[in-house]
Amino acid sequence: MIGSQRDENPAGIHLPLEPMPGHTSRGRLERVLRRGEFAVTTELNPPDSADPEDVYNRAKIFDGWVDAINAVDASGANCHMSSVGICALLTRMGYAPIMQIACRDKNRIAIQGDVLGGAAMGVANMLCLTGDGVQAGDQPGAKPVFDLDCMSLLETCRIMRDNGKFLSGRKLTTPPQLFLGAAINPFAPPIDFRPHRLGKKIAAGAQFVQSQYCFDVPMFRTYMQKVRDLGYTEQCFVLVGVGPLASAKTAKWIRSNVPGIHIPDSVIKRLEGAQDQKKEGKQLCIDIINEVKEISGVSGVHVMAYRQEEYVAEIVDESGVLKGRQPWKREIRRDDQMVADRLGHILHDDITETQVDMVKTAH
Amino acid sequence: MSDTQPTVTQATLVKKAAPKSDYKPADVSPQRRVQRSFAVRLWSVRHSRLLEWFYARFADMFLLLHPLWKGIGYGRVEGPVKFVEKRVKGFMFDCRMCGQCILSSTGMSCPMNCPKQLRNGPCGGVRANGNCEVEPDMPCVWVKAWEGSQNMVHGDRILTVQKPVDQSLRETSAWLRVTAQAAAAREAAAAAKNRAANTGASA
Repeated sequence: MIGSQRDENPAGIHLPLEPMPGHTSRGRLERVLRRGEFAVTTELNPPDSADPEDVYNRAKIFDGWVDAINAVDASGANCHMSSVGICALLTRMGYAPIMQIACRDKNRIAIQGDVLGGAAMGVANMLCLTGDGVQAGDQPGAKPVFDLDCMSLLETCRIMRDNGKFLSGRKLTTPPQLFLGAAINPFAPPIDFRPHRLGKKIAAGAQFVQSQYCFDVPMFRTYMQKVRDLGYTEQCFVLVGVGPLASAKTAKWIRSNVPGIHIPDSVIKRLEGAQDQKKEGKQLCIDIINEVKEISGVSGVHVMAYRQEEYVAEIVDESGVLKGRQPWKREIRRDDQMVADRLGHILHDDITETQVDMVKTAH
Repeated sequence: MSDTQPTVTQATLVKKAAPKSDYKPADVSPQRRVQRSFAVRLWSVRHSRLLEWFYARFADMFLLLHPLWKGIGYGRVEGPVKFVEKRVKGFMFDCRMCGQCILSSTGMSCPMNCPKQLRNGPCGGVRANGNCEVEPDMPCVWVKAWEGSQNMVHGDRILTVQKPVDQSLRETSAWLRVTAQAAAAREAAAAAKNRAANTGASA
């Protein structure tokens, strides 16, 4: 069953897709968005291990439900497997990762190298972030780098892609083909600057943006109104960040400890009033998706279900945002299946063959 | 025998002074947090329009003095000018001497005071009260920058995308660099005009 799915390279799932006119990358996410379909992205909880299976198992639960998976770059300044490493593993298996690049840990020399390396591995989407301060994480004694900021990082990637040059002006023999993303937070002060900041990001090169967790839909609606008035929704795809809250207690903890997440009192009250808070949190997330998907200018959702990844499929299913569409799903190839059918017993049967036996059966 | 007192560090003082409920990030140097007062910096932001006007006149004056700087030599004058610039801007804006001043594009709020040194706008971590994510008792530099830029005539300069910081210009005088560049631009323009006039005359 090679190439039977849409957005798959017939020559192999790990290969980039055919270039298309008007597209800057050879990835799946850009195709989905440019076709005008409602995109779903999610975040992979990076493992604290050196076992590739940990990454594959965590990616498997999203199969057939999401269009791209964010490989986070030490989010919250906590140490995990690097985004480059996760992307290397995911691209091998045909997934469409969004490689996050944070400015906190790497200077411009390292970052430009990683952009080239990532693109060479087949990463089509890169998300340029400033990154949380080191004080937020498990190693507050680390040196914060912040050589570039998200804006100059976006511009650097755009220059590498469009002009085929490093920031220094030195030429690239093959420029990376990228779909560039950025983050927005419409819920933090200065509120009236936020839409203009999106404009700056678009000017710097952002083609899609993923927002911070949205729990305050009216606030997001006013933000989108301003963004539409400024004409930014035609230049950029907006994906709204959503996610289930596990309980009212976690919501309160997040509100006071995680910078930049705005949770209104009404949300906490609703969770507190519920019998099963976890279920209510999921329902709340679905309700928010149903509300934001109707806002014009919204091109998709970014479901962040930290440590509740198994709910992503249910949330996407129950909210019906895919409208019956099935995103790319990893399937076993027909020839692999044939080999497995005929020779699979070798793995499972407990046969001990001695050389003497082998010689006997050979004649 | 020795009456060794337990050393009282700044960190201990901060810990005692701040209420227990306060969020205390571990990495922020307590020295910085104790010693800093933001009164002058905030005054500068509130009077950004006045300072913008003043800065424009000041830049013109520096450009007028270009022959003098050139006469003495920009290299030789760098030391004394930097000495003054560092202290004046240090007092007014808590300047960090990045050497590539963009105060006029950031509402007279120095972006290098941002713990992440962002030069293109606020990060997503700004607290609901408008304070910094990293230093909870400091007003976000970019919230102030936005306020300051609203007062200014060329406030929309805050919307231009700034290039990454050139670290090799640290601890050099931005005033002299801007003046030298303006003078060079003026000379180039004059030369181009001359050339145009000459070709016009010869034709």
